[in-house]
Amino acid sequence: MPVSTSYSLLAGFVLACPFALLALIGLTLLADRPLSERWTARVIQTAVVGGLLASVGVLVLMLATGMRHVSVELGDWVVIPEHQFHFTLKFVFDRLSVPFVILSYSLVGTIGAFANVYLHREPGYNRFFLLYAVFLLGMVVTSLAGTIETLFAGWELVGLSSALLVAFFQERPSPVHHGIRVWSVYRVADAAFLIAAVAMHHMTGAGDFEALMGAGPWPAGEASLTSGQALFIGLLLLVAAAGKSALIPLSGWLPRAMEGPTPSSAVFYGSLSVHLGAFLLLRVSPILQLSGWLCAAVVVLGLTTALFAAVSGRVQTDIKSALALASLTQVGIIVAEIGLGLRYLALIHIIGHACLRTLQLLRAPTLLHDYHSLENAIGGHLPRAASFQDRLLPLWVRPWIYRFALERGFLDALLADWVVRPLLEIFRRLDVWETRWAGILAGRAMSPPHSASRSADALEDML
Amino acid sequence: MSLLHLPWLELSIAIALAGAGAVARMRDSESARRHSVLIKGLILVCTSGAWLDFGLLHVFAAHDRWDVLSSIFGRDVFSIDELSAPLLPLTALLYLATAVATLRTKMRRYSFAGSLVAEGILLATFSCRSPWGVIALLVAGIVPPWLELRSRGQSTRLYTLHMGLFALLLVAGQAIVAGSAAGSSAAGVGAGLLAAAVMIRSGAFPLHVWMPDLFERATFGTALLFVTPMTGAYAALRLVLPIAPTWALETIALLSLFTAVYAAGLALVQREGRRFFCYLFLSHASLVLVGLEIATPIGLAGGLSVWLSIGVGLAGFGLTLRSIEARIGRISLERNHGLSEHTPILAAFFLLTGLASVGFPGTFGFIGTELLVEGVIDVYPLVGMAVVAAAALNSIAVVQTYFRVFAGARHTASISLRGRPQERLAVLTLTGLILGGGLFPQPGIASRYHAAEALLDLRHGPGTSVHVAPDRPDSSPRPAPAAIRLPRAITADPNHPLPDTRLSTSETQGTSYGHNPG
Repeated sequence: MPVSTSYSLLAGFVLACPFALLALIGLTLLADRPLSERWTARVIQTAVVGGLLASVGVLVLMLATGMRHVSVELGDWVVIPEHQFHFTLKFVFDRLSVPFVILSYSLVGTIGAFANVYLHREPGYNRFFLLYAVFLLGMVVTSLAGTIETLFAGWELVGLSSALLVAFFQERPSPVHHGIRVWSVYRVADAAFLIAAVAMHHMTGAGDFEALMGAGPWPAGEASLTSGQALFIGLLLLVAAAGKSALIPLSGWLPRAMEGPTPSSAVFYGSLSVHLGAFLLLRVSPILQLSGWLCAAVVVLGLTTALFAAVSGRVQTDIKSALALASLTQVGIIVAEIGLGLRYLALIHIIGHACLRTLQLLRAPTLLHDYHSLENAIGGHLPRAASFQDRLLPLWVRPWIYRFALERGFLDALLADWVVRPLLEIFRRLDVWETRWAGILAGRAMSPPHSASRSADALEDML
Repeated sequence: MSLLHLPWLELSIAIALAGAGAVARMRDSESARRHSVLIKGLILVCTSGAWLDFGLLHVFAAHDRWDVLSSIFGRDVFSIDELSAPLLPLTALLYLATAVATLRTKMRRYSFAGSLVAEGILLATFSCRSPWGVIALLVAGIVPPWLELRSRGQSTRLYTLHMGLFALLLVAGQAIVAGSAAGSSAAGVGAGLLAAAVMIRSGAFPLHVWMPDLFERATFGTALLFVTPMTGAYAALRLVLPIAPTWALETIALLSLFTAVYAAGLALVQREGRRFFCYLFLSHASLVLVGLEIATPIGLAGGLSVWLSIGVGLAGFGLTLRSIEARIGRISLERNHGLSEHTPILAAFFLLTGLASVGFPGTFGFIGTELLVEGVIDVYPLVGMAVVAAAALNSIAVVQTYFRVFAGARHTASISLRGRPQERLAVLTLTGLILGGGLFPQPGIASRYHAAEALLDLRHGPGTSVHVAPDRPDSSPRPAPAAIRLPRAITADPNHPLPDTRLSTSETQGTSYGHNPG
């Protein structure tokens, strides 16, 4: 079999597995015939193992044939020939995407096995695995994307599953409240991403990563932009990455996202989803290279985030928030590494960190249980010596830093007071004025505020 | 003009009007609903037949065989072309889905006969291409909701004010345009009046206040069916686009952009379900209008695609809200309802349709929105970002409402609120369309692009649609700028980073999405 056919087959398989998984789980749910737990486990196992083996197969083939960049085009999804408009389904296997996709499959598979037991007989079991399948598809598509639109499509899928899983325990108001918060931050980041993608088309006439950043295999590449263009697009992509990876000032959602079930927290915020911002920066690293200011911005953002998360993480009162902020510290350092031009180091850092954090988050519930047993045995709290940093700080400054850390830098409050609340106030005011204007036109006195009145023929009113 | 194989168009309109007469005489609302569903099913068959028939003919426009009205009036009254071909079955589908998904609690208040009359008028509007015919039918189309408001004892003042102005501007504008030379300033004034009329009907700021009022006062089904087919956009394409000066199109586009963001923001802060839906729809409809009025092939194709996607998506979204309303009464968005446990299918469908309308990947709106954004930013680079902002706000509003209605609390019900079989049927059909169009968008996009080209030919003259690289034949593949293209073969020196390898499973050198430099 010629090598190219092997590549196409394996690549197709890597992409088909999550797609088929989502189709199967989605269709059975839609038809109101959800799969049993056992069958769900089997189907997921098959899909994940199949995809993992296929991606390892691609890796082996690439190593054996010595190729470091393979792009696979599955044809034009949409084409308008008269305007050279092509939306090509193009996927690229290179030094960045192959490790990432193998990591995704491995961790998602592990989480699937864990969640199958952890969520046994949980009412939202099927809903969890539907969103899990969406997430897997999104991760695979993002990792392997060869054009910026494909990456954007996967990016959005990851964001949706993430927000819906934060609100997984939907009978309580607080997970739902945090879910919408996560979603809002993601959408702002996605808007920046979309503008960057369209701007790239205008400046270079292409969204294909090869055309944008030269044909060299990652991390080599020369972007065909001026320094000013690179700065503009790079800053937009940095905002997008900041939203997804919870960099400052968009970090408020990360500890709140711990409302979701532990398996989703582990795979999303510990390992895969939270690194997507860094992945995006790695993918467009030739653009970063073009502007010194951009690199400086990336480094400063990364280091500030790391410092902020390191301080805030120390005062958290629950284990998942502490781990979330610890995760954020590492993400900040990874982003700083990318800004400094250390691509391979950043990639290895991501892989190592993802595996460690997944383990820690999965272990968290039982760890608490172990601590409780220990404390019960010794009849008191476990002793804890003051750390090196604590001893350095003078006494009078500690309450201030504690307060700062507890409030997580007051970032949430700042964003709420200076961005969200004014915007909502403006729209509420406009709503009131519009209602008054409609009232004037309709010839009635100022209308009462529009809250719902129960009409007499609702089903529940008939009881 | 070419002939269809059967008089599909006249048949569907005749069935609608005759069916309205028959259904109006039925006292029992359940029997009225059943007959209405049957009749609307027949209409869907006829309109789908028209679409398929037209598709097989491969012509620009066609009219009915054995055309009764053309023999009476001496010219083609009803015809089908690339623009209206998918709109007819879409309209029929929306009316059918609304009738099918009408629960017993809504049955007494929703007039099935009235909806059949409205459907007949709307199908006639979409089948008509002559300006005066379109105007007459547009004016006729504003009557059924007015009658319903009167029969419910509701104030019609706001509606009458705006729709009356709409009718006046239509007639006055067209009279001036018809009476003046093409390109003269008088014709420009006439076009301006027509543009203003279109903006009222489409709900552009500040002439949109009739829409939330209609949603509050009329039945949800009637209001939904009055706005979702986007008759204003159709009027814009038939009446305004062919003749309007550039300033008129720019005004509509910029006002619509503003309305899109304005309505998106208002949708975020609404406290009641129907008003929320109204503003959400207004925002999306304005985005479609932006695409239609920037009059470039890509932007117009994007606008037409988004029109179809929100036609299905937002109609489904509205129908879900209507079904929820049938269960719990008017939906307050000031508190959480937690209905997901009771109506899981409706919850999933709500989210799917809401996301489909903002162009989420996997739905038909994704490519359409990409085209639209591309087209708008091409013409208005900075202001065009408002499209992205509006889409972001809309998506936040959709998910926020989803969480309000379906999550956040534990709802105790003493009866089953689960979806009825007829609701499930409507849900599955529309889901299939949304996801099917999302996975295989090419036929839809290609057809909308051809319709866009035909419309621009009308405006600029035949054969003058703008192409980016006219001197290069489409079939010759374009070599990649910096790589060696090797279809189905690999050569690569592992010691050198260049050249990269490319494995094409298709012949096209589709390098990327976007315009390649000449």
